[in-house]
Amino acid sequence: MPVSSRKNPVDVTFSAITAVASFSVIVLVVGILYVLFSESSLAISKFGVWHFLSSTDWDPVRESFGALTNIYGTVVTTILSLIIAIPVAIGIAIFITEISPNFLKGPIGVAIELLAAIPSIIYGMWGLFALSPIMGNYVEPFLQKMTTGIPLVAFLFQGTPMGIDILTASVILSIMIIPFTASISRDSFNLTPPIVKESAYAVGATKWEVVKNVVLPYSKLGVFGGAVLSLGRALGETMAVAFVLGNDHKITSSLLDAAATITVTLANEFVEADKDIYLSSLFYLALVLFMMSFITLAVAKFFLIRAERRFSR
Amino acid sequence: MKKIIGLVLSVALILSFGIAGAAETINGAGSSFAYPIYSAWAYDYQKVTGVRLNYQSIGSGGGIRQITERTVDFGASDLPLSPAELKKDGLIQFPAVIGGVVPIVNVPGVKPDQMRLDSQTMCRIYLGELKYWDDPQLRALNPAMNLPHKEITVVHRSDGSGTTAIFTNYLDQTCPEWKKKVGTGVSVKWPVGIGGKGSEGVTNYVRRAGYSVGYVEFAYAQQNRLSYTQLKNPAGHFVSPNFLTFENAANTADFEAKNDFDLMMTNAKGANAWPIAGGTFVLLARDKKDASMKTVKFYDWAFKNGDNKAKELIYVPLPASLKNKIRAYWKANGIY
Repeated sequence: MPVSSRKNPVDVTFSAITAVASFSVIVLVVGILYVLFSESSLAISKFGVWHFLSSTDWDPVRESFGALTNIYGTVVTTILSLIIAIPVAIGIAIFITEISPNFLKGPIGVAIELLAAIPSIIYGMWGLFALSPIMGNYVEPFLQKMTTGIPLVAFLFQGTPMGIDILTASVILSIMIIPFTASISRDSFNLTPPIVKESAYAVGATKWEVVKNVVLPYSKLGVFGGAVLSLGRALGETMAVAFVLGNDHKITSSLLDAAATITVTLANEFVEADKDIYLSSLFYLALVLFMMSFITLAVAKFFLIRAERRFSR
Repeated sequence: MKKIIGLVLSVALILSFGIAGAAETINGAGSSFAYPIYSAWAYDYQKVTGVRLNYQSIGSGGGIRQITERTVDFGASDLPLSPAELKKDGLIQFPAVIGGVVPIVNVPGVKPDQMRLDSQTMCRIYLGELKYWDDPQLRALNPAMNLPHKEITVVHRSDGSGTTAIFTNYLDQTCPEWKKKVGTGVSVKWPVGIGGKGSEGVTNYVRRAGYSVGYVEFAYAQQNRLSYTQLKNPAGHFVSPNFLTFENAANTADFEAKNDFDLMMTNAKGANAWPIAGGTFVLLARDKKDASMKTVKFYDWAFKNGDNKAKELIYVPLPASLKNKIRAYWKANGIY
């Protein structure tokens, strides 16, 4: 804190206000965590931690609840969406920073930011009415045809393609997280010292070689951090997924099958949860998601800080 | 400065008195299934009496919770509470209007009101035991139909809903295996199928998937011209879903004041009764007499003047005999 501002009443008030604003965030997070804990205490005491996390049962009538199907759906859609999104996002970032002529950089950048600004309910509606028929009628039958007979892959595309499944949900999610990954990757690429790149060009490296051997190694931690941040976003996405996932509490090996994620289950079942233990289990589920997001963000921060340190050296 | 504050405060005070005096308000919350008809009735009621109904369609679960905590004048639920539950929370309950649930199918060539189903086939389809459209059981029910050897895609609601409660109760009552494995509830553990969010979600999935079966509220099927089916009722007749069969179900259902009208109207025994129907219920707090009387006045008015509006919105009005039973119930509880 600057020393000179110690006695000035305006400055004191100003720092007090900013401090209160900052601490209120911490209070808020702790408060949310506390509410999640206290509301889910009934379910925690009834099902325990391990049983809740490992049980695939989700039966509101018999009042037996386990989170595993929801965790599975969340993790699978998230990972799959990252697999689709990261290469595309890195491609976009490379194009903007290294390849694109200057007059194109602006429009592409704006388009990506617009993608991030579209509300998720619109993605959901678009997914259900536009993307899901395309997936169900063309993409998924094609994938099935390509993979039949190939061991270790064919089982991923079993079942009737309907376009209402893990794959479609992951594609929508990937479109939603591309802006995050792309813009963080772009910023990381821009951190590459120009002099290193110019040296590489000077010794005769092609654009591809410069990107592969200079830019990507320099920024890989930043790109990784960006990917984990989008992972956090994908974990929490609700409405878009609810429309196209099929919302079925089960663990399935096929990507063409319906599943449920934590957020979708919460959105679907919270309103009509009539029994105390049901409601409490939903809060418990929310707590699990909170923890997952928290851990993800902690990991992302860790890597981003390490990346920053490396560049500032 | 002080003058301005004083002025603002006094204006606010006058305004708040003005608002409070001008319009009496009834606050209700709950069932989203009942929201369209309650708000239509409320609109007419306000024109006649000046009393405003403020109804929040937050879902039946929320409605029950709000009236239990006494934050509203009445709660609305698609599932009746048992007399024991009502007693525990000091509530009374009565049905307000009736809605039906209809199975919808999407099989090429099958038009609305053509396919015939019964509780056994519905149950086996939703248990995942009956897998193909050309199953002997389905063929026996529809001898004239050329049913294809295609897998049945089962669609259900993914969000908790009164529609699901009525539908699962129908299967629960007619099918012992359903009772054992699944049961009745606003959301249940579905043995098979994909879950659509809301009626529009179910409809969309049924349309999209092909060779599929789902269930939606009658009004929704009617408005969207979906291929609903006929069902065999407990009396052994095949019936189509329409006002007549719903009314028949309501007339022959044993709603009784002595158990607070706690009844799911499924499998009513009338000769023409549609088997999957249910009332949507209003919950009142025993200890809030004024609020309950205000609410009862509204529903009494709706019972007298609201039948046409209900039919317009494809709800089924209560039969006159049931309305009289409800009025007697109000009287017995001292709020009419």
